[in-house]
Amino acid sequence: MTEIDQSKIRNFCIIAHIDHGKSTLADRIIEMTGLLTSREMQSQVLDNMDLERERGITIKAQTVRVIYKAKDGQEYIFNLIDTPGHVDFNYEVSRSLAACDGAVLVVDAAQGIEAQTLANVYLALDHDLDVLPVINKIDLPSADPDRVAHEIEDVIGIEAMDAPRISAKSGLNVEEVLEQIVTRIPAPEGDPKAPLQALIFDSVYDSYKGVIVFCRIMNGTVRRGTPVRMMATGAEAEVVEVGYFGAGQFIPCEELSAGMVGYLTASLKNVRDTRVGDTVTNRDKPCQNPLPGYKKVNSMVYCGMYPADGAKYPDLRDALEKLQLNDAALQYEPETSVALGFGFRCGFLGLLHLEIVQERLEREYNLDLVTTAPSVIYKVYKTNGECIELTNPTNLPDPSEIQYMEEPIVNAEIMVTTEFIGAIMDLCQERRGTYISMEYMEETRALLRYELPLNEIIYDFFDALKSRSRGYASFDYEMKGYREAQLVKLDILINKEEVDALSFIVHADSAYDRGRRMCEKLKQEIPRHLFEIPIQAAIGSKVIARETVKAMRKDVLAKCYGGDITRKKKLLEKQKEGKKRMRQVGNVEIPQKAFMSVLKLDDD
Amino acid sequence: MKKPISLYLHIPFCVQKCLYCDFLSFPAGEEIKDRYLQALIREIMESAGRAKDRQVVSVFLGGGTPSILTAGQTEELLGAVRESYRIKSGAEITIEANPGTVTKEKLDCYRRAGINRISFGLQSARDEELRLLGRIHTYREFLESFRLAEKAGFDNINVDLICALPMQTLESWMETLKKTAALKPAHISAYSLIIEEGTPFYDRYHQEDVLRAAGERTGTLPGEETEREMYRQTVRFLEAEGYRHYEISNYGIPGRESIHNIGYWTRREYLGFGLGAASLLRECRWKNTEDLSRYLQRFSGEAPGEEACHDVREELDRLTGEDCMEEMMFLGLRMMEGVSKKRFLRETGVPVRQVYGQVIDLLKAQKLMEEDGEFLRLTPRGIDLSNYCMGQFLL
Repeated sequence: MTEIDQSKIRNFCIIAHIDHGKSTLADRIIEMTGLLTSREMQSQVLDNMDLERERGITIKAQTVRVIYKAKDGQEYIFNLIDTPGHVDFNYEVSRSLAACDGAVLVVDAAQGIEAQTLANVYLALDHDLDVLPVINKIDLPSADPDRVAHEIEDVIGIEAMDAPRISAKSGLNVEEVLEQIVTRIPAPEGDPKAPLQALIFDSVYDSYKGVIVFCRIMNGTVRRGTPVRMMATGAEAEVVEVGYFGAGQFIPCEELSAGMVGYLTASLKNVRDTRVGDTVTNRDKPCQNPLPGYKKVNSMVYCGMYPADGAKYPDLRDALEKLQLNDAALQYEPETSVALGFGFRCGFLGLLHLEIVQERLEREYNLDLVTTAPSVIYKVYKTNGECIELTNPTNLPDPSEIQYMEEPIVNAEIMVTTEFIGAIMDLCQERRGTYISMEYMEETRALLRYELPLNEIIYDFFDALKSRSRGYASFDYEMKGYREAQLVKLDILINKEEVDALSFIVHADSAYDRGRRMCEKLKQEIPRHLFEIPIQAAIGSKVIARETVKAMRKDVLAKCYGGDITRKKKLLEKQKEGKKRMRQVGNVEIPQKAFMSVLKLDDD
Repeated sequence: MKKPISLYLHIPFCVQKCLYCDFLSFPAGEEIKDRYLQALIREIMESAGRAKDRQVVSVFLGGGTPSILTAGQTEELLGAVRESYRIKSGAEITIEANPGTVTKEKLDCYRRAGINRISFGLQSARDEELRLLGRIHTYREFLESFRLAEKAGFDNINVDLICALPMQTLESWMETLKKTAALKPAHISAYSLIIEEGTPFYDRYHQEDVLRAAGERTGTLPGEETEREMYRQTVRFLEAEGYRHYEISNYGIPGRESIHNIGYWTRREYLGFGLGAASLLRECRWKNTEDLSRYLQRFSGEAPGEEACHDVREELDRLTGEDCMEEMMFLGLRMMEGVSKKRFLRETGVPVRQVYGQVIDLLKAQKLMEEDGEFLRLTPRGIDLSNYCMGQFLL
């Protein structure tokens, strides 16, 4: 390939609130620049995991390079970097943005600006990106592009009157977006002759090539044979292949030079060596400083994951190992539970990340899992001056050894239409939120700011938010820090035996209520036995709630009519199948469902 | 001696569907009934080859409402059976009859056709309960039918009853039972009402049924304690009246226990004919289609051949040795005498304790099962929890 003129490159991403049409626009750009014919297009090319397509979310950053012949008669290279949109993956988003020179901001012509729109725009502005607004879905009956254009100018403060008004779905006016990318997003800068300085914004594991590092070359040039070093992890290797991104495939090329976006492979075996945000440089001719902004991402939410069938423990271990190759943010270590046997304590970026890992384990690795209640990391300050970071409630030291405890707090921003402000403020109050501020974005909508304990939002806050605002509230948060709180460990006793997998940490004020609801829920889930089973919630030795599963008095099957024995046997088999999926604690059989049901106590 | 077999003939028609009924039955016009009868007769005849070396010890016309057929149709049907199968002399031949649908002429015709047992679906002796169930007869009409049958010479009459009806009390149930026993029928079946999915009763009572299953109080359905008390008092009362409690829900004057019914629990072979009918032959179980038009169509020609019988089959199950062991136990435990250990050994070649030792000891420890030199049987508490007990015997 001949040398590429930097001025003909545009590196950009598309940012949007969920469902505002980010992936659809990406698809249309790919289709209109002729990379794929529409026949080859599978809807939403960039979301290539089944899960992503199904949920309509982007989990892994995806990148594609297309050639656009602009109206000025020149051909431009577009590197489109699709980013995950969810708060759990905020850090990945920020690194992806750092690889771009501009951002296309998609706003729904009917819904206007939402919480994630704002969060993403702020991130983009933080990275000095030029933001190109686009108003999408103008073909909807409820579309009001004029209002939304004003909203963008008023709320975000960027010029939006000549923002393309498009329908990404039908392709209407998308051409205009392509032109504005050429004219409004700057070309990259950087010196191809300087020492190598490349930003890692993602990496994936491929069983043939090893780790494939996605990077943006800021300065210098990299080609096959270049000895490279990852500046933060210190990993070193020799480059085996460099290339750029076709649609769903890697296309090797001679070299990548300053301003370009592409990939490199270097027979690295572990994605942990190539952390997102790290800087790749030339081992023999290193750059002076790494690129700014690298940080190690830490898990925020933990839970225990156990195979439903104890014999599948090695399968679960293998599956986690494989998933981790592609997901450096996933952490796990073995643990054992009296109730659930051998499993792993896993750490996640957030609840969505947890759900995604769980679903991928179940779907792609065909595992049946029992998950314990998610927990955040509590800081436990002991009387002996020691501080422990608690990820598993079972490991809480004896209360007599605890001086005090701290819990993580987040800054939350909730965007809501005015009629639901009251309901949402009530919700935040119930979840121990501290009111910070409220701003009216326009007459009908407001932005609420609260400080909320993370453990109050990891359960079902999002669901509650949606139901109390009839779907009109949007929500975003970031970690703020730790704060002291009155926390207690709530234990559940079934037939007088403590079930470790059901223990959790809760604020003292909500302990009674939570304990009562746990007992009620468990009563529904635990089948009757030949004997009576008390279900108790206790703090230390003090029982705060109790329910009883009555002894089974009668269990008679319907009459067997006309000799249809097979039907009767099927009923018995179904019953036996149900039994297999139970966990024995003492002499009580607890359905696996029961362990999961307590995660959703609010679905009344 | 030839191997014994039973025959079941399904008549899926009724005047009106009862509100609790989930059996395969529906009202139908004369033309459909007639076509069905012809198809049924062809199936009976074409299947004869399968049972050449078997001797029929019982025939059961069930439904639906078999008594909805005309006298001529019933005679024709039984004629076909006699023509195609070797019927043992003294074989039990039963027809189910809805009170109010029999006449003297019909009953005489049943006698001529060799029917020697009638099973009346009375369900309750209280008219308000009958109305609630959606039955089409009154107690009075039952009494007339019962007397007519006796007069026609039937000395082996069964009366079907259902307890644990909505709003029923222990007293009102015992009233039904006493009125019935006073008539001295040879046999009484007393089942508990089950709220089956897909019935109007399900829509009406399912929620209560779920509460009841959790041991909670309910508004109209008798609670589980009441229901069990009804059962215990039924056993006590009917035994005092001279009936033998031989199966969980069945009672007979000694010598009048139902041969056909016992066959199901002891794994006697049977062939089922008609829509949705089940069969057991040579350790295979199968069931006919429930699709009426398919059934009619397949037996529409003059000589459909034996293939037609195969074509209407669904759910063919070849039983393994383990399946047979499971069945011996979970079916046999419905019999009050229990499962014979000797018979288990004879039919499976393995001592029962070798297969089920652990389960037997567990159930005995829970006082749900008892064992003597010859038999394994459920205790009264084991009967209350029969479903749980039987489930233990699946391998």
